[in-house]
Amino acid sequence: MAQLEIRNVTRRFGDFVAVNDVSLSIEAGEFFTLLGPSGCGKTTILRMIAGFDLPDAGQILLDGKDLADTPAEKRPIHTVFQSYALFPHMTVAQNIAFPLRMARRPATEIENMTREILEQVYLTDKASAYPHELSGGQKQRVALARGLVNRPRLLLLDEPLGALDAKLREEMQIDLINLQRDVGVTFVFVTHAQVEALALSHRIAVMDQGKVEQVDEPAKLYGLPKTRFVADFIGHINQLEAQVVESAHGHLRLAVDGLGEIIAPPLKDAAVGTKGVFAIRPEQVRIGVHGEMEELKNHFSGVVHNLLYRGEVSVYKVELANGAIIEALLPNSAPGRAELFKVGDAVKLGWRHDAGMFLRD
Amino acid sequence: MRRGPWLWATSLAVYAFLYLPLLIVVIYSFNDSRLNAEWVGFTWHWYDTLLHDEAMLGAAGNSLFIALVSSLVATALGTMAGIAMHHYKLRLLTFMVLTPVAMPEILLGVSLLLFFIQALNLTLGMLSIILAHITFSIGFVAVIVRARLAGMDESIFEAARDLGASPWETFRYVTFPLILPGVVAGGLMAFTLSIDDFVITFFTAGVGVSTLPLHIYSMIKIAVTPEVNAMSTLLMLLTLTMIVLASRFAPDVLKGKE
Repeated sequence: MAQLEIRNVTRRFGDFVAVNDVSLSIEAGEFFTLLGPSGCGKTTILRMIAGFDLPDAGQILLDGKDLADTPAEKRPIHTVFQSYALFPHMTVAQNIAFPLRMARRPATEIENMTREILEQVYLTDKASAYPHELSGGQKQRVALARGLVNRPRLLLLDEPLGALDAKLREEMQIDLINLQRDVGVTFVFVTHAQVEALALSHRIAVMDQGKVEQVDEPAKLYGLPKTRFVADFIGHINQLEAQVVESAHGHLRLAVDGLGEIIAPPLKDAAVGTKGVFAIRPEQVRIGVHGEMEELKNHFSGVVHNLLYRGEVSVYKVELANGAIIEALLPNSAPGRAELFKVGDAVKLGWRHDAGMFLRD
Repeated sequence: MRRGPWLWATSLAVYAFLYLPLLIVVIYSFNDSRLNAEWVGFTWHWYDTLLHDEAMLGAAGNSLFIALVSSLVATALGTMAGIAMHHYKLRLLTFMVLTPVAMPEILLGVSLLLFFIQALNLTLGMLSIILAHITFSIGFVAVIVRARLAGMDESIFEAARDLGASPWETFRYVTFPLILPGVVAGGLMAFTLSIDDFVITFFTAGVGVSTLPLHIYSMIKIAVTPEVNAMSTLLMLLTLTMIVLASRFAPDVLKGKE
């Protein structure tokens, strides 16, 4: 049995359906992420799990028990808010001890547990500081410690890294992974930042317009997106309008207007005539000079339209014969050299027949 | 930037207009003469007379008692009103709480008088004055408490619930400590308003009970004696202390920002 089960949950605000018949099951000890653009319903789901909001239809079960009649303060579920929501009139230690006090734990136990978790988040020397004396990263760690100190069944995190700068965010990601592994509490993380979701999660549910598009492990989500939305939302992807002309056991043959045919990995039930897009990640596209790429089943001529030097890689945007732009990545392993090709150069693009995927409309 | 002499002159004139009359009252309270006409010499005599004036002391006692009771009750009710106004965001509620603040005092005085006599059949006296003072103070306390709440992150209160605090515990451990400066400032404000109120008290006092402002008024109907000056000076001192204290507790209310 899953630890948290969301069954056919719907939540409307007037005419707007914020969450539309969503079902999810989250396992004990999992780092689960709800990922999607703002307004996709991810925060509404989080608020319903926490108990700040109730579903209009459907159920939320914790360890098999319906939570509908349990108010927020009685749920063994804590939240780390986007703004951290630390109590400004309490010290770091008092903030962290708050849930223990509310649970009527004995004083010595409160003291010990507070001290332990302070050590775990490296804030022992800040125990008697007030929130306004802390840096963003420190506030973040206090909020985490406060949420975890009395071992909830579930910790909900609402875009907790959103307010931090890029460098700190990366450090906090690593801290979060370690902390979650050490305490073994199930994390439900909400974010719109796909990089964060990919780096942190065991599994991710990608949401759009109140619906769950796909639930999968990060690598599957990135490598094998099932819908156009997921393919487009996670990372960069090239898309070419295509139509199935042959659906064989080992491959698909696709026709692309003005370009010719593409050999793509097979897709179940993709009948001849099905319309959709052929999608392929930039790092799977190879780029070379005339005469190269011939050994690949998919190869096309194009002209370098644009290029972006990004340090570790360069992104080449190549215009194909039909006007479509395809992005290709080249690692810059030769230092000091920004471009292997210049804008306007005639180049060859190619990719393996088992790279990319066909996504139905 | 260099400020021009005109700006200095204008502001000096305005301050003089505001504070010279007060200063004159204070100065003549130390004047060794029955008349407020010319400076004769320094004396504590009028303060001494004041301390032996039974009627004046009785009125002062009444005023302090009324101010204390009415400000305590108004603080409790006004705090609740402020929280409700912040929480429910109902325009009607805000309108109803704030109307007595904006209402002309004379109107409030007359309507309270009619209400006490005709609707409640109350004998005018201490109780009616206290009720009247509570009525006009609630709005002031509510505004200050709401201003305090308005600047706060709403998720703090959700966090308290989330971490296991019941609604009462959330109020007790989180909301109340955070609005306390506003509550204290509101209470001091209510105290100040009560102790120097004349118009509403005049309508609701009846015959038996007198307060300081009423007593001073009855004295100056005969003549402005230096004793009145001395009393006014003391009252001014008390009010100033209250305002300074209030601004200490809720700088955001009186200064515009924290």
